[in-house]
Amino acid sequence: MPNITYVEFDGTAHQVEVPVGHSVMQGAVENNIPGIDADCGGECACATCHVYVEESWLPQCGTPGEQERSMLGFAATAAPNSRLSCQIRVTEALDGLVVRMPEAQH
Amino acid sequence: MTERPIVIAGAGHAGGAAAAFLRQYGWKGGIVLVGEEPILPYQRPPLSKAWLKGEATAESLALRPARFYEQQKIEARLGQRVVAIHRAEAEVELASGERLPYHRLILALGARARALPVPGADLAGVLALRSAADADALKAALTPGAHLAVIGGGYIGLEVAASARALGCTVTVVERESRVLARVAGEALSAYLAEHHRAQGVEILLGAEVEALEGRAGRVAALRLKDGRTLACDTALIGIGAVPEEALARAAGLACANGILVDLAARTEDPAIYAIGDCTHRPLPLSGRSMRLESVPNALEQAKQAAADICGRPPPVPEVPWFWSDQYALRLQMAGIAFAPAQSVRRPAAEGEGFAVFHLAADDTVLAVEAVNAPAEFMAGRLLVAKQRQVPAAVLADPARSLKELAAGQA
Ligand SMILES: Cc1cc2nc3c(=O)[nH]c(=O)nc-3n(C[C@H](O)[C@H](O)[C@H](O)COP(=O)(O)OP(=O)(O)OC[C@H]3O[C@@H](n4cnc5c(N)ncnc54)[C@H](O)[C@@H]3O)c2cc1C
Ligand code: FES
Repeated sequence: MPNITYVEFDGTAHQVEVPVGHSVMQGAVENNIPGIDADCGGECACATCHVYVEESWLPQCGTPGEQERSMLGFAATAAPNSRLSCQIRVTEALDGLVVRMPEAQH
Repeated sequence: MTERPIVIAGAGHAGGAAAAFLRQYGWKGGIVLVGEEPILPYQRPPLSKAWLKGEATAESLALRPARFYEQQKIEARLGQRVVAIHRAEAEVELASGERLPYHRLILALGARARALPVPGADLAGVLALRSAADADALKAALTPGAHLAVIGGGYIGLEVAASARALGCTVTVVERESRVLARVAGEALSAYLAEHHRAQGVEILLGAEVEALEGRAGRVAALRLKDGRTLACDTALIGIGAVPEEALARAAGLACANGILVDLAARTEDPAIYAIGDCTHRPLPLSGRSMRLESVPNALEQAKQAAADICGRPPPVPEVPWFWSDQYALRLQMAGIAFAPAQSVRRPAAEGEGFAVFHLAADDTVLAVEAVNAPAEFMAGRLLVAKQRQVPAAVLADPARSLKELAAGQA
């Protein structure tokens, strides 16, 4: 199972295994990792699953869809490497992925 | 004596989230999650949307997998109903007679579908939609060609209407008010949605009140309206709102007024008892008013408030209430609450065919936004509401003015 590291805003890192086919958001929720709220449960409706993807991993995470791009454009703390983690599907190629959480999701 | 656990009564969206947040915030003692339904906490939003259309599985409905509760040492007691709160002893009583002592009690009892008080409401084929079991029954009835009558043009009713059309059913929506979503949306959105549903083949009757449901061999066959019309159907969905589950709290002497009264830390008047989610009546920081919210974001926010207070953590940053809905290819996103807006202004989406309606107070403070296929405008509106920005209607309506700059306060 791919290993994914989630780094909280305060630097606390959590390395967990996330099944292929799950979203990066689900990996955090199912392991009770603080910092990803996921109000809408992965519907790309809330932008409370915002993460920063470590630059070298961006290509493997695929390209964000139109809806996601629009939402991220207004996320309070968006950066060029911002993604909505519910829109990133976990594949074997994401083994080793590192994502960081913003200070707050709201 | 072993340390008393935190008991959470109600294993729905709010209760499940509270258990998770308590662990995130460092609660080391016991957590007992008592729920009447036979299944672990799950998401209700898909019940009227993806799940009804057969696009989601039971597994994807679950908020978290079963192993989560084991790993987090959350004792889930499912299929068990809390029947009384004994405040003096700090215990809850289950239907079995068993008593569970608590250190803190979190009431997360949700709401139930409001019953329609007319003759025939107990006929077979008259359904409501609140739980996964309800959704099973509804789904079974929505076979291609079936005629569904939806009583009540609220969000759940309209979502079910859209899903039923996708399943090949004939659909009629009967609404007592002069517009759909009368209680929860602005007039422009109501009108747009009614038009959209009609274009999708849904018959919408406004200002129409149901007098009785008529049956044949014990099963619903028609609605009779107060104006004398009858309308054939083989299934009726009652979607006329939800009633907060406050009886337990009331019987225990806790103050209730259309919901269990709580403060911004989700505390009731008993320092050992919290209440969260659809069963509460809560203050809204921005408007200074209080009301009952029925949404997942509210359930999660109050779950955080209670968990933070119990664990001695600072309260979460107050949120702008928001909501979403999916109907056909429409994604609706609403933020803020438009208490008596002085003006409403429409702005086309920067990309695509969508639009947003902004509701303004007399002093131009942005109170609320309703977006249809306009995610960027929704996000910008949510920020404008949170920051209580004042923006003249003409500026908001002007697509040449950048929402980003408006939200940042630069324009
Ligand atoms: C069909 C549908 C669609 C929705 N769509 C959306 C949407 O798109 N967006 C959105 O934000 N919100 C939506 N909602 C609302 C959202 O689901 C609710 O706001 C949310 O579930 C509230 O969580 P809760 O925990 O307060 O209540 P619930 O999730 O209802 O949980 C309460 C639980 O407590 C249990 N319970 C009650 N009494 C007792 C007792 N005495 N003892 C033990 N257990 C008890 C109940 O059985 C239930 O399982 C929708 C709701 C429905 C029904
Ligand atoms: S979980 Fe809501 S947008 Fe990702």
